[in-house]
Amino acid sequence: MNIQYSGEKQTLSKPAITARPSKWTVFYRKLSKNKLAVAGGYIILFYIFVAILAPLLAPHDPYQVDLVNKLKAPSAAHWMGTDDKGRDVLSRMIYGTRLSLAVGFVAVFIGAFFGVILGLLAGYYGKWVDAVIMRVVDVLLAFPGILLALAIVSALGAGLMNVMVAIGVFSIPMFARIVRGSTLAVKKLEYIDAIRSLGATDARIIFVHILPNIASPIIVQATLRLATAILSAAGLSFLGLGAQPPLPEWGAMLSNGRDFLFNMPTLALFPGLAISTLVIAFNIFGDGLRDALDPRMKQ
Amino acid sequence: MTVFIIRRLLQTIPVLLGVILVVFIIMQFVPGDPAVLLAGDGATAETVARIRHQLGLDQPVLVQYVQYVGHVLQGDLGISIRSQLPVMKEIMTRLPITIELAIASIFITIILGMLAGIISATKQYSASDFSIMILALLGVSLPSFCLGLMLMYFFSVKMHLFPVTGWGTWKHMVLPAITLGASGAAIVARMTRSSMLDVIRQDYIRTAKAKGLKPNIIVYKHALKNALIPVITVVGLQFGILLGGTVLVESVFAINGLGRLIVEAIRMRDLPVVQGGVLVASIIFVLVNLGVDILYRSFNKRISLD
Repeated sequence: MNIQYSGEKQTLSKPAITARPSKWTVFYRKLSKNKLAVAGGYIILFYIFVAILAPLLAPHDPYQVDLVNKLKAPSAAHWMGTDDKGRDVLSRMIYGTRLSLAVGFVAVFIGAFFGVILGLLAGYYGKWVDAVIMRVVDVLLAFPGILLALAIVSALGAGLMNVMVAIGVFSIPMFARIVRGSTLAVKKLEYIDAIRSLGATDARIIFVHILPNIASPIIVQATLRLATAILSAAGLSFLGLGAQPPLPEWGAMLSNGRDFLFNMPTLALFPGLAISTLVIAFNIFGDGLRDALDPRMKQ
Repeated sequence: MTVFIIRRLLQTIPVLLGVILVVFIIMQFVPGDPAVLLAGDGATAETVARIRHQLGLDQPVLVQYVQYVGHVLQGDLGISIRSQLPVMKEIMTRLPITIELAIASIFITIILGMLAGIISATKQYSASDFSIMILALLGVSLPSFCLGLMLMYFFSVKMHLFPVTGWGTWKHMVLPAITLGASGAAIVARMTRSSMLDVIRQDYIRTAKAKGLKPNIIVYKHALKNALIPVITVVGLQFGILLGGTVLVESVFAINGLGRLIVEAIRMRDLPVVQGGVLVASIIFVLVNLGVDILYRSFNKRISLD
């Protein structure tokens, strides 16, 4: 009897002592089940490693001009061939990873930083603050595609730094909208009233209590926005408004390769493939993050 | 409905004024004196001062903005530094080409996107659903300038089916329109798929199936009509992305449209043209959005009356 009782006791008590998995454990489990998102994550990691280890991985100096060996097809000496100035395409592609990732991250950081602050202020304070901020956001969203970024670049001048600023500004309204919506939902929760009644300042409520609770949609938006930022930067460089020669930026390399489409299509093919792969990786990883962090956003 | 249209028109006015303000502010950041740029190299101080006065640049910024809005409302977007022609005239010679390209592309976006979305939804988890979704992911991620060059290489350079560059005949239109419409088609396909899947699971579709209606009639007569409502908004948003995309596609295919005019103007530091081009494209986008909203509303109303 006793043995049976203790056995019964053990089975009954088992669920009670099992710790509830943390939010991050649940997130990790969900994300790791999504094979496509995992693949995207690995591709992004691969590109990050290539960017960090560029000096070790590049077989040649990406700026070294060698006119004797210009426009050479892929070979053992130059795995991706050489460009019109005899520079090693593979080495330029490897160094280009640094530029594309840097442009993407800096532009998204600018967009997220200002967009999150504006969204938090609009959502938290409401009334005229919300009305003013959201009208500005509406106006910024009224510019089609990359035209706002183009207008900013035209004023600031061509160059990679200005492209980062332009794409950053062009990303602000997306972050502001998402953060405002999330802030509106969170600020109505009881714990915010409780913290306020304890005498917390608005700044503390916004940055310590609301911001961490709306991190999920911000992370998802930032990941998806990285894809758009990299695409837009490559597009601006393709138009000759971003990276200036001899910088090995993929968009600029693709633009250069266009002139040799008839006799050396690989010059345009390799940077095109690199941009597409990185953008696909950020898109599928971002989709996976969204499904794992906040499935409601899928709607 | 009339009240809705009037209210929506009134809401558009501050957005348009805001767009003009943003373009005006951006141009304030341009280094150097626009009067010196317009006067050209070697102009005397008197000429520069006269141009500055003519352009109203000697006025306070707020007065300049009010004057600028007044000029824009009269269709006066200034004088091109490069050609010395009115900016409006330059834009009007290039705009029809861009509109032709945009309309052709939006057709591709709608037809390809919806067809792919319907096939995907009606054959969920099949090989065709999987292939369409992979293609849609590629369509969203592939840069338009890269897709354009690929199409150009295979269909123009290798197969000689279409001209490499230029504009004029329907053959010139095919590759640029596909290039521009592809990413939109991918987004519309994803949206149509998810919208159709939502509708297909509803009770009235089950009832239609129970009545023994043919699958095609259920999909195209009953499900599609309701599934289209959210898709209309996406198509409207795509038009804006498409207008922005013309800048890249026109550069790839050497088409003398508005997008290429803006890019050329940026390179030549012809700021009145950049300002005017961005403004006109944005105003078109705002008006298209207005049209889409009205269409959306009338679509909804018709369905509710049915």
